[in-house]
Amino acid sequence: MLSFIRKRSVASLISLVGLIVMVFFLSRMTGDPASLFLPVEASAEMKQQFRELHGLNDPLLVQFGRYVGDVVTGDLGESYRKARPALDVVTEAFTWTLWLALITMSLVTSAAIVVGSLAAFRSGGFFDRIASMLSLIGASVPDFWLAIVAIVLFSVNLAWLPTSGTGSVLHWILPIGVLFVRPFGIIVQVVRGSMISALSSAYVKTARAKGVRSGPIIFIHALRNAMLPVITVIGDQAASLLNGAVVVETIFGFPGVGKLMIDSILQRDFNVVLAAILVTALAIFLMNLLIDLCYALLDPRIRH
Amino acid sequence: MSLSSTETDPALREEPSLGVRMGRMLLADKFALVAALFLVVMVILALVGPAWLGEEAVRQNLRGRNLAPFDWSRGWIWCMGADALGRPLFARIIVATQNTLMVAAGAVVLSAAIGTFLGLMAGFSSPRISQIIMRLADVIMSFPSLLIAVIVLYLLGSSIVNLMVVLSITRIPVYLRTTRAEVLEIRERMFVQAARVMGASSNRILFRHILPIVFPTLTTLATLDFAYVMLAESALSFLGIGIQPPDITWGLMISQGRQYLTNAWWLSFWPGLAIILTTLSLNLLSNWLRIALDPVQRWRLEMKEPANG
Amino acid sequence: MAEHLLDVRNLSVEFYTASGVVKAVRNISYHLDRGETLAILGESGSGKSVSSAAIMNLIDMPPGRITSGEIFLDGEDLLTMRPDERREVNGKRIAMIFQDPLSHLNPVYTVGWQIREAMTTHGLPKDAADAQAIRLLGRVGIPDPQAAMDKYPHQFSGGQRQRVMIAMALALRPDLLIADEPTTALDVTVQADVLALLKELQREIGMGVLIITHDLGVVAEIADRVVVMEKGALVESGTVREVYKNPKHPYTRRLIAAAPGKGVMHEGETQGEVLLSVRDVCKNYGAFQALKGVSFDLMAGQTLAIVGESGSGKSTLARVLLRLDEPDSGQAIWKGRDLFQLSPREIYRLRRDLQMVFQDPTQSLNPRMTVFQLVSEAWVIHPDILPRAKWRERVAELLQQVGLSPDHMRRYPHQFSGGQRQRIAIARALALEPRLIICDEAVSALDVSVQAQVIELLDKLRRQTGISFIFIAHDLPVVRDFADQVMVMQKGRIVELGGVRQIFEAPREPYTQALLAASLDPDPDVQAAHRARRA
Repeated sequence: MLSFIRKRSVASLISLVGLIVMVFFLSRMTGDPASLFLPVEASAEMKQQFRELHGLNDPLLVQFGRYVGDVVTGDLGESYRKARPALDVVTEAFTWTLWLALITMSLVTSAAIVVGSLAAFRSGGFFDRIASMLSLIGASVPDFWLAIVAIVLFSVNLAWLPTSGTGSVLHWILPIGVLFVRPFGIIVQVVRGSMISALSSAYVKTARAKGVRSGPIIFIHALRNAMLPVITVIGDQAASLLNGAVVVETIFGFPGVGKLMIDSILQRDFNVVLAAILVTALAIFLMNLLIDLCYALLDPRIRH
Repeated sequence: MSLSSTETDPALREEPSLGVRMGRMLLADKFALVAALFLVVMVILALVGPAWLGEEAVRQNLRGRNLAPFDWSRGWIWCMGADALGRPLFARIIVATQNTLMVAAGAVVLSAAIGTFLGLMAGFSSPRISQIIMRLADVIMSFPSLLIAVIVLYLLGSSIVNLMVVLSITRIPVYLRTTRAEVLEIRERMFVQAARVMGASSNRILFRHILPIVFPTLTTLATLDFAYVMLAESALSFLGIGIQPPDITWGLMISQGRQYLTNAWWLSFWPGLAIILTTLSLNLLSNWLRIALDPVQRWRLEMKEPANG
Repeated sequence: MAEHLLDVRNLSVEFYTASGVVKAVRNISYHLDRGETLAILGESGSGKSVSSAAIMNLIDMPPGRITSGEIFLDGEDLLTMRPDERREVNGKRIAMIFQDPLSHLNPVYTVGWQIREAMTTHGLPKDAADAQAIRLLGRVGIPDPQAAMDKYPHQFSGGQRQRVMIAMALALRPDLLIADEPTTALDVTVQADVLALLKELQREIGMGVLIITHDLGVVAEIADRVVVMEKGALVESGTVREVYKNPKHPYTRRLIAAAPGKGVMHEGETQGEVLLSVRDVCKNYGAFQALKGVSFDLMAGQTLAIVGESGSGKSTLARVLLRLDEPDSGQAIWKGRDLFQLSPREIYRLRRDLQMVFQDPTQSLNPRMTVFQLVSEAWVIHPDILPRAKWRERVAELLQQVGLSPDHMRRYPHQFSGGQRQRIAIARALALEPRLIICDEAVSALDVSVQAQVIELLDKLRRQTGISFIFIAHDLPVVRDFADQVMVMQKGRIVELGGVRQIFEAPREPYTQALLAASLDPDPDVQAAHRARRA
C-alpha cells in the first residue's frame, strides 16, 4: 500500500510540475502581459514602466524562475480589484465552491449508487426503465438552462426560493439542485452498467449458491467490485463541478471561484485569474490522487 | 469413431452483412431509432438551414417583438414565437443548428483523432514515451477546462475555429486514456501475437489488428462526447465568450433570452429544448451503439423474443 | 419407492438467444443418493451444467426458462418452493464448487470473510463461524490457516483457491455437493490431490456428490455412476464400469474411443538431421527464473513434445524460440545460425520457417478478418511467397488440406466451431510453408473428440510434408500417440528427455513417474489399480 502511494505520488509530482509550467506559458503565450494587465488606454510609456517593474524584459527563463519561486512561496501577486493578495481572494472564493461541490457530489453519489444499483438488479423491469429514462434526460439537460428555468419557476412565479446570494440554507437549494441533475444522470448510468456486469459475474453466482440474500449480494458483493469504473466517473464529474460551476455560480450570484474568474477577466484582474486557475488545478489534481487511493482501498489487487 | 476430415459440427451459421444486422438492431430499439432519425433531420437542417431560412432569421420585425408561440395566424415560421427584435425563433433555431453542430463536430473529430493517435502511441511504444504522454494527459485533466476555455477565448477572441480548438484540447485525454487502455489489453491478445509470429510490422499490427478492435469503443465514446462538447459550447456561448453575435448558436440564444425570462419564457425555452433533444438523442444512440457493437451483448438486440417477456 | 437425496425428473430448460430458442436440456432425469457420486459427462454445448444451475436456482430468467420437470431434494420439489425457502437450501443443504475458482471468489474480500459469510448467512454467530472457517482451511490443506483468513483470493495458487472453495462449500456440512468441472483449470498433480480431498470429505460428511465434467478420467477416478449428455439430451446412464466397458449409445462409444493414450506409439528414432539445437537457454522475469538452462536437439521431420505443469517454463521456451521474448543467455542454432543473434531483418525472414499454433483459436484469430484474410495475411507480410493472383486458389487448397471446405473462405471465425477454428489457425501457419511449427497447448481448449481429430491432422501433415513439430502440453496422455521425443519440464528445467516409449513405459525420474501416476486413465479398472497403488 505504502509503495503504491509513493509511486503514485511521484507520478503526480511530475504532472504537478508540468501543470505549473503550463500555467506560466499560458500567461505569457496569450499575449503581452503589459497590455493585458493595464487598462486599454494605457500609454506606451506606462506599458514600458510596467514591464520593467515586473521584469518582463528579462529572458523568459529568468521570468520563469521568478514565477516558480513565487508559486512556491505562495506569492501570486496582488488583486488590482480588491487590493489584497490574489491568493487570499481566490482561496476565499474557492472555499465556497468547494462546499458547493462537496455537498452536491455527496448527494449525487449516494443517490446515484442506490438508484443505479436497484435499476441494475431488476434490469429491464419497471424501476429500471423509469430510472434509465430519467437519468438519460438528466444527463442531457444543460445546467444553465435548468438554472434559469428553476429561477423562473421557484423564485419568480412561486417565490419560494431566493434567486441569488448565500445568506441562508435556502440560498443553497437552487444551485445544488441544478448542479445535481447532470452528474446524477451520468453516474446512475455508469453505476447501472457496471452493476449489471458485476451482478452477472461468477462470484455473484457463488454468493447465490451460498444462499446470500439479495440485499448483501447487491450492496456488498457486487457494489464494491462495480465501484471502480464508477469512481473514475465520480472524479470526472467532481472535477467538472469544481470548474464547471462557473455558469451556475454566475447565474445564482454565488461567490465561488467560477464567478470570481468571470468577474476578474472582465475587469482585467489577471493575477487573480492565474491564481484561480492554479488553485483549481491543484484541487482537481489532489482529487485525482484521492481517486487513485480510493481504487487501492477498494481493490486489494491494485494494492499488492 | 470417424476420423474423416470434416467434423460432426452443425452446419455453419449463415449471417447477413454488418449493414443489414445494424439496421435490424436499430429497428429492434425504438428509442435509438427515433434518436437516429432525429439526428439525421438535425444534420440535414444544419446543412440546408442557413440557405433556407437565413434571411428570415435575421429580419427584424419590431411589431412582432417577443411574440408568443403557437400564434398560427402569422404563418408556420412564427410557431415558436419571436425574440426581442421580432425575429422568428423557429428560423433562428434552425439556422443556429449549423454553428452548434459544426463546433461540436469539429471539436470531437479533432480531439478523437489526436487523442486516438496519442493513445495508440502511448499503448504501443516504449514505456518512456508512454509515461510522457500519460503525464501530459494528467496535466490536461487537472486543468479546469472550462475556465481555461474562458480565458483563452477571451484573450484570443472567440471564433468558431478557436472554440473548436479549445474544446477539443480539453477532450483529448478522454480518447487518449481509453485508446491506451484498450491497446494495452489488445496487444497481449493471441491474434496480435499470431501476427507478430508471422512477421507483421508494428504498423500493420497497430492499424490492421488493433485499431479495428478499438474503433467501436471510440465511436461510442465520440457520440457521447459530442453531447458533452455541445453542452460545453452552449455554456461558453451563454457566458458570452463563445460564439459572438451576429452568429448564433443555441447556447447564445438562451443567453439572449435570459433577460426576458419573466415575460417571454419561450426565448430561452426553445433553444434549450433543442439542446436537450439533440443531447438526449446522442446519449440514446451511444447507449445503443455500445450494445450493438459489442459481440457479447449484441444478442440483447437480436433476440427473437423480448428479454422481459 | 425409496426417496432419493436428489431426484431430477423430466427437466427441460430453454434459453432465448440471437439464433432463436435453444433447448439447453430436454427432458432429462437422474437421481443421486447420500454417499454416492454421480458424474454428468458431456462436451461443450451438451447442456451438462444446466441442470445443476437449475438445482441451485442460478439460471437467469429471462433469458432462461424451465419448461418442464421437477427437482426433488429429499422428496421436496425445489422448483415450487418459495424464494426464501430456496435460499435456505442453498449453501446449507446443497453447496456448489465451480471451475475457475479465481473468478468465482470475490476478488475484493478476504478468503476468511467469504467462508465466514457462508455460515453467518445461515444464522451462525460470527465468532463460531470464524473458528470453524480456520478449522476448515486447515482441513482442506491450506498452510497456516490463521494467516490465510486475511488473504485475498489472488494471493493463492489455483489449487489452493479450489481448496478454499471446497472449504467454503462444506462449511455447513451439506447433504449434496455439486462440483462443476472442479479440476479442469488445474495441473494434473493438483487435480489428483483435489479429487482425493473431495473423496475423503465425502466419506467424512456422507454427502452425495454430483460432479460435472468433460473428462472420462475424472469420471473413472471419482464417480460411482455416470450419465452421458449430448446436445441437451441424456443419452446413456449406468455405473461407470458398465458404461465404459459396454457403451450402448454411439455417442458414448465415440467419446470413449477419442480418449487419448491408446494408439500405437512412435518409435522415437533419434538419428537424422538436426534441425534446431538449443543450448543453455535462460530467461528471467524480474526475480523469477522462468528458464534455467534448457538444452535439447530437434530432428527434422520429428515431433518433440514438451510436457510440464504451470510454471514449468514450457510456454516461455516457445516464446523465446520465436523471439517474442528475448532470452537472457543461451543459443539456438538453426541452419547454422544462432536464432538469438538475428537482426530484425533476419527475424522477419525466419518467420517463414518457424510458425506457431496457439492454445485458444477463439483468441488467436482476429475476429474481424475473414478466413481468406486470415490465411492470406501471410502473403501480404511476405509478398515474395506467392503472387496475388494465386492467393484464392492456394487458400482453397490449404483449407482442404486441413479438412475445411473452400466455401468457408468468406466466413468469420465466430461462425466456426472450436475445432474448425483451430484448423483455420493451422492453415494460416501452413501458408508460410514453415519447416517447424510450435504448438502451444494447441488442443487443450478443445473437446476430447475434437482433440483427437486435430492431433490426427497434425500427424498427417508431418508425414506428408516433413514439417517438424514442437508440441507443448500440460498433460502426458495427449502427446503419447503423436510425439517422437518427449521432454518433461519442471520449474524451468528439463527433468527428463527421451523417446516416447521410454518416457511412458520406463520413466526414470520420480517427477515423470508422478506426472504419469497423476494423469487419469479413462478406464475405471486401470484407475482403481492406480488408486490402490497410491494408497
